[in-house]
Amino acid sequence: MHDLKEVQKKIYPPMVEGKHTFATVSDEIGDITLKKKTPFHWFIGFGIAFLIAQALLMTITYLLAKGIGIWGNNQPIGWAFDIINFVWWIGIGHAGTLISAILLLLNQKWRTSINRFAEAMTLFAVACAGMFPLLHTGRPWLAYWMLPYPNVMGMWQNFRSPLMWDVFAVSTYATVSALFWYVGLIPDLATLRDRAKNPFFKFVYGLLSMGWRGSARHWHRYEIAYLILAGLSTPLVLSVHSIVSFDFSVSQLPGWHATIFPPYFVAGAIFAGFAMVLILCIPLRHWYKMQDFITKTHLIYMGKVMLATGLIVVYGYFMEAFFGWYSENQYESYMIQNRIWTGPYWFMYWLLIFCNGISIQFLWFKRFRESEFWLFVISVIVSVGMWLERFVIIVTSLHRDFLPANWAMYSPTMFDWSMFLGTIGFFFTLIYLFVRFLPIISIFEVRTLLPDAHVEDHGHAHEHVGDEATA
Amino acid sequence: MPSKDSKTNFALLRNKILSQNGKNYWRSVEEFVDAPEFAEFVSREYPQHAEEWSDGFSRRNFIKIMGASLALAGLSGCIIQPAEKIVPYVKQPEEIIPGKPLFFATAATLGGVATGLLARSNEGRPTKIEGNPDHVGSLGATNVFAQAELLSLYDPDRTQQVFYRNEQKTWQSFVAEFRGKVEENRQNGGAGIRFLTETVTSPTLIAQFKQILTELPGAKWYQYEPVNKDNAHQGAKLAFGSPVNTVYKFDKAERILSLDADIFGGTNVRYMKDFSKGRKVGHGEESKMNRLYTVETTLSLTGAKSDHRLAVKPSEMTEVAKAIAKALGVSGASSAYSNKWVDVMAKDLLEAKGKSLVVAGDNQPPVVHALAHAMNAALNNVGQTVTYTDPLSEKADVAQTDGLKELIKDIDAGAVKMLVILGGNPVYNTPADAKLSKERMMDDAKLPFRLHLSQSMDETSELCHWHVNAKHFLEMWSDTRAYDGTATIVQPLVQPLYDGKSAHEIVQLFAKENFEKKEIDIVKDYWKTNGLADDKAWRKAVHDGSIPNSALPAKTVTANTGFLSQSTPAPTGSGDLEIAILPDPSIYDGRYTNNGWLQELPNPLNKVTWENVALVSPKTAEKLGVNQGRDANQQAGAGEGTTFYNTKGGNLFSDLVTLTYQDGKVSQKVPIWVSPGQPDDVVTIFLGYGRTRAGKVGTGLGYNAYEVRKSDAMWFGKGSISKTGETTTIASSQTHFNMEGRENEILRVFDYDSWEKDAQTTHQHNEYELSMFEPHEYKERKWGMNIDLNSCVGCNACVLACQSENNIPVVGKEQVERSREMHWMRVDAYFEGEDVNNPKALNFQPMLCQQCEQAPCELVCPVHATVHSAEGLNDMVYNRCIGTRYCSNNCPYKVRRFNFLLFQDWNTPQYKLMRNPEVSIRSRGVMEKCTYCTQRISAARIEAEKAGREVRDGEIVTACEAVCPTDAIVFGNLNDPNSRVAKLSKDHRNYNVLNSLNTQPRTTYLAGLRNQNKEMPDYKAQEWVKKAAEKAKEGAANEGETKKSEGASH
Repeated sequence: MHDLKEVQKKIYPPMVEGKHTFATVSDEIGDITLKKKTPFHWFIGFGIAFLIAQALLMTITYLLAKGIGIWGNNQPIGWAFDIINFVWWIGIGHAGTLISAILLLLNQKWRTSINRFAEAMTLFAVACAGMFPLLHTGRPWLAYWMLPYPNVMGMWQNFRSPLMWDVFAVSTYATVSALFWYVGLIPDLATLRDRAKNPFFKFVYGLLSMGWRGSARHWHRYEIAYLILAGLSTPLVLSVHSIVSFDFSVSQLPGWHATIFPPYFVAGAIFAGFAMVLILCIPLRHWYKMQDFITKTHLIYMGKVMLATGLIVVYGYFMEAFFGWYSENQYESYMIQNRIWTGPYWFMYWLLIFCNGISIQFLWFKRFRESEFWLFVISVIVSVGMWLERFVIIVTSLHRDFLPANWAMYSPTMFDWSMFLGTIGFFFTLIYLFVRFLPIISIFEVRTLLPDAHVEDHGHAHEHVGDEATA
Repeated sequence: MPSKDSKTNFALLRNKILSQNGKNYWRSVEEFVDAPEFAEFVSREYPQHAEEWSDGFSRRNFIKIMGASLALAGLSGCIIQPAEKIVPYVKQPEEIIPGKPLFFATAATLGGVATGLLARSNEGRPTKIEGNPDHVGSLGATNVFAQAELLSLYDPDRTQQVFYRNEQKTWQSFVAEFRGKVEENRQNGGAGIRFLTETVTSPTLIAQFKQILTELPGAKWYQYEPVNKDNAHQGAKLAFGSPVNTVYKFDKAERILSLDADIFGGTNVRYMKDFSKGRKVGHGEESKMNRLYTVETTLSLTGAKSDHRLAVKPSEMTEVAKAIAKALGVSGASSAYSNKWVDVMAKDLLEAKGKSLVVAGDNQPPVVHALAHAMNAALNNVGQTVTYTDPLSEKADVAQTDGLKELIKDIDAGAVKMLVILGGNPVYNTPADAKLSKERMMDDAKLPFRLHLSQSMDETSELCHWHVNAKHFLEMWSDTRAYDGTATIVQPLVQPLYDGKSAHEIVQLFAKENFEKKEIDIVKDYWKTNGLADDKAWRKAVHDGSIPNSALPAKTVTANTGFLSQSTPAPTGSGDLEIAILPDPSIYDGRYTNNGWLQELPNPLNKVTWENVALVSPKTAEKLGVNQGRDANQQAGAGEGTTFYNTKGGNLFSDLVTLTYQDGKVSQKVPIWVSPGQPDDVVTIFLGYGRTRAGKVGTGLGYNAYEVRKSDAMWFGKGSISKTGETTTIASSQTHFNMEGRENEILRVFDYDSWEKDAQTTHQHNEYELSMFEPHEYKERKWGMNIDLNSCVGCNACVLACQSENNIPVVGKEQVERSREMHWMRVDAYFEGEDVNNPKALNFQPMLCQQCEQAPCELVCPVHATVHSAEGLNDMVYNRCIGTRYCSNNCPYKVRRFNFLLFQDWNTPQYKLMRNPEVSIRSRGVMEKCTYCTQRISAARIEAEKAGREVRDGEIVTACEAVCPTDAIVFGNLNDPNSRVAKLSKDHRNYNVLNSLNTQPRTTYLAGLRNQNKEMPDYKAQEWVKKAAEKAKEGAANEGETKKSEGASH
């Protein structure tokens, strides 16, 4: 018996470590927002992120005043940093949705301690991503023309254009992600409301928790709503990035026009997303002493997901090269040669292979999967790699296409960088605010993982939680 | 309001007080001004009520204006009203229908040779320049310079009044002083008067000068132009004893040899037109293709188009010419040079006696010209393909540089009291050893009166006492001669924008009487006695744009070969390299430096814009260690790179060198461009740049080759270059000249022989039928265009015509470096041949919107801003465009152009006048592209519908088609089986660019042909054709079975 338990523990390691009760969980997580003194490093981090976000603001101001010519885009490279960043951010968002929706439906318990901030990350990444398609247009003040609304101009949209599909895919994604995140927050907001001492915060949390009392009826409706949203989100995980990939694969440009793009992009998105989740959760876990909730097991699982999706992406790279050779199409084969070897951007490709292909091979080893340090390093490398992947796809395909007379080079300008780094600043500003004002880990869901929750049969666990929440 | 001279005018009183000087003591105002009106003024109770100050801004006026402004402020709050007064025609003037342009015949003169023009006038504003089909020098086409003159007319840097030492003056004050000076100089017969003009071929102006020079026998008139016909005239003198004007008939020549003569880059469009007649083969009629041999130094448009090209050093040219003369049997010719190339070529020329032609370039020494004359004589070409006339200009027997040297000598001797420079820019462009230098020009003791007539304040004007703002030729009455002497009356289209003056008017000021004679009278009076006696004839000549039977009569001259025994001086200078000088293909000798259109017009051969470079061969570049960052395979002249953080924009890096020529050093650093086709150890530099006072556009660009040019080495000499270690960025609109083995799909050039044997070999098969969908049926019209690559010589005229017609903005050097030029039409250039460093040829392909039937751009626009029209055009709706640039990304031809910034100049008032009112001005953030000149299509369609008929073939002429000097572009209705374009589209040479994408373009091309001589040592079959055939065979073997069963046809 004893041995069996050991084996069981090995296979299904506990998702919460240490001796925790319902109350301690609420304390540990809720106190970060309510009681504990805001740590000094929060101010430093927030300050830096906020400053960088100002660069974004200034760039956008200048961009609106002058036009997108302040960037390095040109003929033939009509898209460059703008769309690279868009795809990168959208990709990052995907991990959040995957964790919250698909893992929920698959009943993966380990998602509970990371889903809250993964969802927040999704939302903020989509906010960053959404900026680009809007601002990359020549006349952003007319970008609303992409919305199908009855108008006196008698104009209608071109629904054959992948950009139109994008509009719907991204806006749906943003809406569902926001709803999902907010609905998931409601019970915890109620907990915070009950525990807050400051009348102002009490009021705000009260407002946001929408009168949550934790009654059985509340829980019943909550569970159904959450499940419906998870059901809605699940196809989105696959569809959004597939549609983003259509922006490329529907066109006839060598290097874009490839059938492998949808799965390859989705895998890449999850890959990039988990890298970003790790980049966020490792410092959080470390600084806010959340090792009990975000355990080594979590890190190992995320490392494994990264490895799996990374390998799919690497397979994609192989397939692209294979298509170039097997198609016997002179444009395709020139494109792949130019990308890998003969072209002026060859180093970008090999940097990408190093970041996304070679660095993840360390994740085969438990030593690296368990190490906060190595996981963090690899995650950063993968994030860079995924950005490079979009650079390679977008810029190196556009810069040498069909008619050699029209080929050109691309170099980014100061404003390309300030816009890109600015969104990173903006993203971390939002993350910092989230860490400060909202529970970074879902309190009530973690409580379901506690041994206390398993005393009675599973069906009633939530009621106990609810009692606690309103106590 | 009381009048100004009212007795109680306050200003009067004030002046009275102020006019009192000295020590006057006074006790009261009354006593001080002992005047009754003053007494009245002060005695009034309310002087300020009773009287107004005559300051022009009275209280009443003030209130009136305030009231009005307040009222109007309310109005202008809603919409921004234009500041101009809008005045409708109450009585409509004859012929002017608002919205309907009028065309007027006139002519542009460059280097003393006229191109007849029809200038379009919209509501009195010249808006476009077309060639005059009735003019011998044009036949409806123009070159880039004539096109760009429109921008020169509206150049905001033109001076707007007379200046005296940079001080604004009136014409009247100038005339007063000038007449005084003239009379002063008349005392000694005008001995101190010197005129300096450019080459003058205007009969009226020549007559005026003759008149003045008889009135003032001491005065002298010199002509100097940096690009001139000195060598041609001196060569004719060697051969015939007198200078002649040589007239070629390229249409009659079957074998043409160019000795460094740039027929296509030159200024004579008629020659291009004639030449292209020998390139229009097929299309039903039996015509032989001509063959062009070129011996030249720098790869030129002529060399690129030639069937066989021999690159030689400039110093070798004379010997090569002698060798050719020897092989052609010119008596007395001997040469140290021998080459099989020369012998075989000579044999070919001899086989076409009377139907061949030898042309020498103006930059070749006189002896080469003389040899060319002797060769033409030996080939019995005189009277057949070449005729001679008297020179177009006066005093052609004296070299312009010799005249210039004489003038400089006189100036240094202090003999010149009055220097009248009419046009030109001699301070800038005279050779270094006969420079009208600053020291000479600023010496008031030696040159007490200097005048410059010029359109802008340039290097010469700023050193002159007087600057008179000149008229542009579209503003003035004058006359000029075409290449064969045919005279044209130049008529103004518009009142002088800034009240400028012309050379006729300045020269007239020297006349004893009637010195203020009107320009039109000067010209008219001349022609009254020279063939246009009655008013009717005058009106007809002005209307038609040429004077009938005014061509100079053919002159019979006999070539002697005595000159062959004379020794030819070789350039003396130190240095291990030979350096050749050429006028810039875009900005010529520097007169167009301030013309943005020409600055941004890519050099036809290397596509460099906005500056001049120094050309070296790949081997020489390697030897000198310059531009080694370049990818030889790509055949760009400079190294392509990328930067992590790009501030300036350029991605094309070139080494800077210091260059010396004939022991003179160019003060600016010179960027290097590696040019395949250039002979080794020869550097080519270009004139026209490095100007210190050109205007907002042209000042400070490039290096100045005039600094080192010598009067005894005007075109080539010795020199050296040394690396400075610095690099610069080059703005080139094309960086990749290698087709990467895509000949079959992009630019197809076949051997003439194989095509003649079996035209099927050039056939391209398409798969239009394999679509899953029924093709759209066009019931009425279906526009299409065909471009004949066999005729196209890559001269760029279409690019500029398109820019002018469609209001395409100039973006500037930095934006070109960022690869954002806006030309809707471009001419792609690709080197041909396996050895990328020693190419066989350079082929050209005008590229514009292909108006695809299955347009990739239309599919991807999210807002339907680019859609198909009922007549099959791919329309671009600017107002709908939000600027996603997706259409451009998906366009395989990359012919779409995006307004990345606000490229259009919305503020300069002159440009507002210039623009074509029928084409909208695009703003920032909008995609644009070729529309097939949709405004011209609409105009013709409306006319046809009004008349209840179909649009006739040839009724719609796009801007590029109209300007094309080789008639390579044909536009028309593909649905009309009798239209030219429909017939051409059935030609076997017709093909689609990127056919494999099945975009089904409306713009198709006729494959080029190369009429090589099989015996020539450099003969080489078109290798790609063989490869493509092999591949097709392979493909057929694989898919043959399935194809057969499907019964696919072409």
